[in-house]
Amino acid sequence: MQLSNRKKVIEQKPMTFSERIYFPAIIRGLRITLRHFFKKIPTIKYPEEIRPYSKNFRGQHSLKRDEEGRERCTACGLCALSCPAEAITMTAAERKKGEEHLYREEKYASVYEINMLRCIFCGLCEEACPKEAIYLDGPHVTADYLRKDFIYGKDKLVEPTFDITKLKS
Amino acid sequence: MEWSFVIEKLILVSVIFIITLVIAMYSTLAERKIAGFMQDRYGPDRAGMFGILQPLCDGGKFFFKEEIIPAGAHKVLFIVGPTIAIITACISSAVIPWGQELHLGDRVVSLQVADVNVGILYMFGVIALGVYGIMLGGWASNNKFSLMGAIRAASQSISYEIAMGLSIIALLMVTQSLSLKEIVAQQSGFVNWNIWAQPLGFIIFMVCAFAECNRVPFDLPECETELVGGYHTEYSSMKLGLYMFSEYINMFVSSALMASLYFGGYNFPFMNDLGLSANWITIIGVIVFFLKIFGFIFFFMWVRWTLPRFRYDQLMNLGWKMLIPLAIANIVLTGVFTLIKDTYFSS
Repeated sequence: MQLSNRKKVIEQKPMTFSERIYFPAIIRGLRITLRHFFKKIPTIKYPEEIRPYSKNFRGQHSLKRDEEGRERCTACGLCALSCPAEAITMTAAERKKGEEHLYREEKYASVYEINMLRCIFCGLCEEACPKEAIYLDGPHVTADYLRKDFIYGKDKLVEPTFDITKLKS
Repeated sequence: MEWSFVIEKLILVSVIFIITLVIAMYSTLAERKIAGFMQDRYGPDRAGMFGILQPLCDGGKFFFKEEIIPAGAHKVLFIVGPTIAIITACISSAVIPWGQELHLGDRVVSLQVADVNVGILYMFGVIALGVYGIMLGGWASNNKFSLMGAIRAASQSISYEIAMGLSIIALLMVTQSLSLKEIVAQQSGFVNWNIWAQPLGFIIFMVCAFAECNRVPFDLPECETELVGGYHTEYSSMKLGLYMFSEYINMFVSSALMASLYFGGYNFPFMNDLGLSANWITIIGVIVFFLKIFGFIFFFMWVRWTLPRFRYDQLMNLGWKMLIPLAIANIVLTGVFTLIKDTYFSS
């Protein structure tokens, strides 16, 4: 009783003369390889040629600054809370007098660490952030030798400062 | 013997030696490139433009690798093995006529190192010697895989040499000469090429040449899936390099032999109607000859990346039960045709 109708009975016939002298099959094979010889090669030579990234590619995180160059992060901890991989930790600190040009809010993160080995680049921290302070808009996270080097601190995450006046000119 | 003759031959020998080595070197690159293109990828292209420096890098690496001689190996034969392989590969090109004569002033320079009047026999002798390199190397390694590879190489090349010799006999019945120079000179033009007189003989010869060079689909001696590396399992460093090199030189020489025996050597169509001077004809002839050789080398590689390896019993069946009877039939057919031609059409 057949259910699928896909059963095929294979019987082994003795080879015909043209099969036994190999040559027709060999010539067919040679034609196939020659066709591939002239085919366009799909390889992308990586370092010289980079494939275009998708618009919503999520790479390394960066902690953003506002228009005046102050860190936007207020250490609310929502990113750490939303992180399904528990990759983010931070320590909050209070902004002192005279530090208004460094931090936008009255509270800021004195330590902000992301463990890149835990991070799954889901982008939930980006969605959770109320201050638009974290974005996954960086490049690929590079390989390294030691586990401790994958814990990225503020030195690697915070956007470099830039002089807004120079940018306009 | 005059000095100028010695110098002339010395120059010719060194030029041919260098060309052989360079072609063998670049065959390794060409093989990998062709493999790449046939598998829809690029092949090596990092060292220099299009990977042009890759063979140099490979050679350098071979030289600087540690050289290991296994403790159980027979030290002398272990070294003698690759030496024989490379020497026989290099000297086999001595009787191949690379071109016609060059006229330099009143000197006539023959572009053939040695015009031995039994050139084909010489080739056969030297090619048959080549298996000693493999056999000695494989035995001296004191490794069962090496030994298996060596035994396979020996029995394979003995079996295929018979069919090869028989296919050549039919050719000799047509050419009436054993001298390669004579044979090539007879094939002047295009219609005189021996391939038209001996198509079956050519196919048998080519299959045997594949087997003699240990190329796919007959690369049983170095069959990676069963024998690790075959006869050169225990070899490392430049000794392994010499084995590889001799394989590529053999491929080059057998391409040259096929081109000169069956495809007219340096002859090309309409060579006598162009009205060029003899020297130009010679130079073009040499270029044409090398183009033919490269065509054959390409064919060798093309087949390598198309066909899988034969099983060992299939190899022996093909050699003994198909090629040898076919070659004998070819001899008989050639004899009958020659007889008919001489009796009824000789004017």
